[in-house]
Amino acid sequence: MLQTPMADHAAPAVALAVRDLAVQFRSEQGVVRALDGVSFDLHAGRTLGIVGESGCGKSVTARSILRLIDHPGIITGGRMVLDPSTPREIDLASLDPESRQMREVRGGRIGLIFQEPMTALSVHYTVGNQLIEAVRQHHSVSVAEARNRATELLRDVGIPRPETRIDAYPFELSGGLRQRVGIAMALAGDPDIVIADEPTTALDVTTQAQILSLLRGLQEAKNISLMLITHDMGVIAEMADEVTVMYLGRVVEVAPVRQLFAAPRHPYTRALLRAVPSILARPRQRLSTIGGAVPHPGSRPFGCSFHPRCAERVGAVCMERIPDPVPPGQAGASCFRTEVPA
Amino acid sequence: MSVTVANDPPVTAPEVRFAQATQLQLTWWRFRRHKLALASLVLVVLFYLVAIFADFLAANDPHATDARRSFIPPQGIHLFDEGGFNPHVYGLKGVRDMRTFKLSYTPDASRKLPVRLFVRGYDYDLLGFIPTSIHLFGIDDAGPGEGVFLFGTDQLGRDLYSRMMVATRVSLSIGLAGVTLSLFLGVLLGGISGLYGGWVDTLIQRLIELLRSVPTIPLWMGLAAALPNTWSVTQVYFAITLIISLIGWTDLARVVRGRFLALREEDFVIAAELAGASQGRIIFRHMLPSFASHVIAATTLALPAMIISETSLSFLGLGLRPPAVSWGILLQDAQNIQVLSGAPWLLLAAVPVTVVILAFNFLGDGLRDAADPYG
Amino acid sequence: MLIYILRRLGFAFITCIFISVLTFAIIRLPPGDFVDAYIANLAASGSSISIDQAEAMRRAYGLDQSIFVQYWSWMVRVLQGDFGVSMMWRRPVTEVIGDRLWLTMVVSLAALFLTWIIALPIGIYSAVRQYSIGDYIFTMLGFIGLAIPNFLLALILMYFGFRYLGLNVGGLFSAEYVQAPWSLGRAWDLAKHLPLPAAVLAIAGTAQLIRIMRANLLDELRKPYVVTARAKGLTERRAILKYPVRAALNPFASSVAYLFPYLVSGSIIVSLVLGLPTVGPLLLQALVAQDMFLAGAIVMMLGVMTVVGTLISDLLLMWIDPRIRLEGR
Repeated sequence: MLQTPMADHAAPAVALAVRDLAVQFRSEQGVVRALDGVSFDLHAGRTLGIVGESGCGKSVTARSILRLIDHPGIITGGRMVLDPSTPREIDLASLDPESRQMREVRGGRIGLIFQEPMTALSVHYTVGNQLIEAVRQHHSVSVAEARNRATELLRDVGIPRPETRIDAYPFELSGGLRQRVGIAMALAGDPDIVIADEPTTALDVTTQAQILSLLRGLQEAKNISLMLITHDMGVIAEMADEVTVMYLGRVVEVAPVRQLFAAPRHPYTRALLRAVPSILARPRQRLSTIGGAVPHPGSRPFGCSFHPRCAERVGAVCMERIPDPVPPGQAGASCFRTEVPA
Repeated sequence: MSVTVANDPPVTAPEVRFAQATQLQLTWWRFRRHKLALASLVLVVLFYLVAIFADFLAANDPHATDARRSFIPPQGIHLFDEGGFNPHVYGLKGVRDMRTFKLSYTPDASRKLPVRLFVRGYDYDLLGFIPTSIHLFGIDDAGPGEGVFLFGTDQLGRDLYSRMMVATRVSLSIGLAGVTLSLFLGVLLGGISGLYGGWVDTLIQRLIELLRSVPTIPLWMGLAAALPNTWSVTQVYFAITLIISLIGWTDLARVVRGRFLALREEDFVIAAELAGASQGRIIFRHMLPSFASHVIAATTLALPAMIISETSLSFLGLGLRPPAVSWGILLQDAQNIQVLSGAPWLLLAAVPVTVVILAFNFLGDGLRDAADPYG
Repeated sequence: MLIYILRRLGFAFITCIFISVLTFAIIRLPPGDFVDAYIANLAASGSSISIDQAEAMRRAYGLDQSIFVQYWSWMVRVLQGDFGVSMMWRRPVTEVIGDRLWLTMVVSLAALFLTWIIALPIGIYSAVRQYSIGDYIFTMLGFIGLAIPNFLLALILMYFGFRYLGLNVGGLFSAEYVQAPWSLGRAWDLAKHLPLPAAVLAIAGTAQLIRIMRANLLDELRKPYVVTARAKGLTERRAILKYPVRAALNPFASSVAYLFPYLVSGSIIVSLVLGLPTVGPLLLQALVAQDMFLAGAIVMMLGVMTVVGTLISDLLLMWIDPRIRLEGR
């Protein structure tokens, strides 16, 4: 197997190490393995991009880390270690989702930013009400002090006139402003890690760019480890330091961002990159698409999950065996082509 | 190394079945999964069979009065006699109360009246056109005051069981007639409202809102009380049907309008419009079939309200009038606590009302789930 | 917001007009007019009036004029608080009705509050613990509650109360307070008698509201803002009670609009069975005796009070939903 160690020499500390995470959804129709042995490292102060088509398990990963997967989903295996090898080390998979410890992690050590800025905020309370609640959940301060902090947070995320906007209802704000409120909400408990689940998908292009640069700025200012979930290779190129590519609940490739774009190893990654529109393309050139659709995770193909759609199959082995996963902490691809040079 | 082309998985037989099924078939398949609703359907069918064969099932003439056999408690049928199978009831013995000097009948264990199947009783028309006098069960050659009184008798000595059979026919048919009328009004006005929109829609919606914000029972009471005393049983029957159907149509109209509005935006309707199909063809070929199951479900859910309305009005003495027999009229006898404490079996008439309403609710719920699995 | 209020007020006004027309129609529906009925009534008690006198009465009541003029003059009198004279009682209608109208409202409102108090926690429980045994039991009870007409329930309760507890469960007052003037003692006596009729009335509405609450809350529980609340680190209880339950409360406010007419209607029949001194028994008597002024007045008053209840519910809904409250801010 071809592997290269993660590029940097002064490798930063690992903020979150996920190992062999498995999540199942059990229903009358059968068991769906939404996540099947997912491993990755999120480094302190860096941005980890997680990319894949819809249904590949990106969002389930985010929810699992916060132990917020809905019934009937359950974590059936793996570890999710926060700040490994430090005194603050804690395995999130071992906690009771309702426990006090877990609630302190939510918002306090890991913040979450949502895709839909409209539905992620309740229309029945003012922005301030919802923000102050988040502040006071993790800091024992008076309401007046929490209100000051909330106003500061709104200023930090670039909302003009935060003193008045704090009393607005979410439906009185534009989509971009609402997403800024969502980011402020994620930062209210001063977390070290922020998980952004498709933070720009519901926004128009110019707003997208503003939100992304805001995230960058905040990350530098507060030294946040950012886990950025997206299906958009453009966002990955702009934001990520390292990239994890997922397909059908498995990690298929891990690489530093430059290496991923320069020399993608997994056929799926290559296909994803071909599907990105480019201004360098010849006029009238057809945009490449990936043949077929993502199979339902309940009817996962035998062997390599990607083989029915793969244009570069190496033979029967792709249909019979599952390729080895990418070893944790290293770059590489889970593919037989990288094992047996074609 | 061979490069194989990824094939679509072969289409299996059940999928073909699914792909070709009509909307109603799909609904029926989904409906079969609801066990409670299915059981309710069976129950409802049984009730309507009772309604159709009410006279055949009745053991005694439901209108025959006999002052001496008033308030006889329910009689059990004894199945075995002296070791052999010989279903019978005890005869009745006239006893004079020494304080009130009133003659009344009480069971007499020494006289056994055999209960037989398919005996001759009072004359009636089976299915409305076959004159006969055969009844499911009863006593051969019943003498005066003799008979099987499964559920006891009322003050006038009429057999409650037989009256309940006949009442089932009246109460269920009036519910059905009322709901048919409501359905007509609801589909018509809801359809117009949803199809044309604009001021017509606004007007009809306001009218519905108006009707719903008025307390109905006092109004219906007023309307029902205004029916002339001189009207025949049939005339009153239809008038009451008309009055109670004025309750139900608003809900149905809302359902129909909602479906029309939703369907107008559907791709297949727009496609049909672009293909130049006439409006009538779009409505009857494309739109109606796709919401027929919704309408059936809404209709089923509207039926209990009809039955309750008729029962309530008759219970108050403002609905059907004797000699008509309905569940409400039977319950009217049970209104008085003095009567009730002496003859609690009169409350038995409440059982079919409750059971049938429950069954219609379960059935309607199952149908609605089946019609709209996402709603 | 002002426009919203004005629109609701306008609609309430139109509804009142509609009710008055219906009421007038009910008064006029029976064959013959008021004077005919009056003469028949007199004849029954052995006296009579001459044809001339009858004509004079018709003129006095405006019965010789067109139906529109009659409606108008009736409306004018009604607005002045004059609902005419009850033939049965030979007293002004308002005097005959007396306290009964308020007692009808008290019973209906008590039933409404009882509905809310029971339906809210059960609805929340059923949604949060969907498909649990408790959920099934409440769903089943709810169906049964829906299926039993409330007058039947009253009948059954009365029978069992009488049979096994030796109680006479009817009425709203103990014997010593029936005729007494209003006092604290009488009010307390009323409060003690209220729960049973209120419960009988509330059953069906409660069953309905539980189902609505459950369905709404199930919808709300799936929405992203609930995850937001949890991701903040709130406890499950607080996250659910503050956010989705708040959103699912809207049907409670609007339930006034459709439950209140229903409860008023139901109170009429339940009152008859339980012998409550509301307008119910009076209305029935009036209708049976064709005392149309009395019947019309009752129908009219009930209708208008229901409209007022609906209006209050609309304003309540506006108050709790910031989206409506801030319209046009």
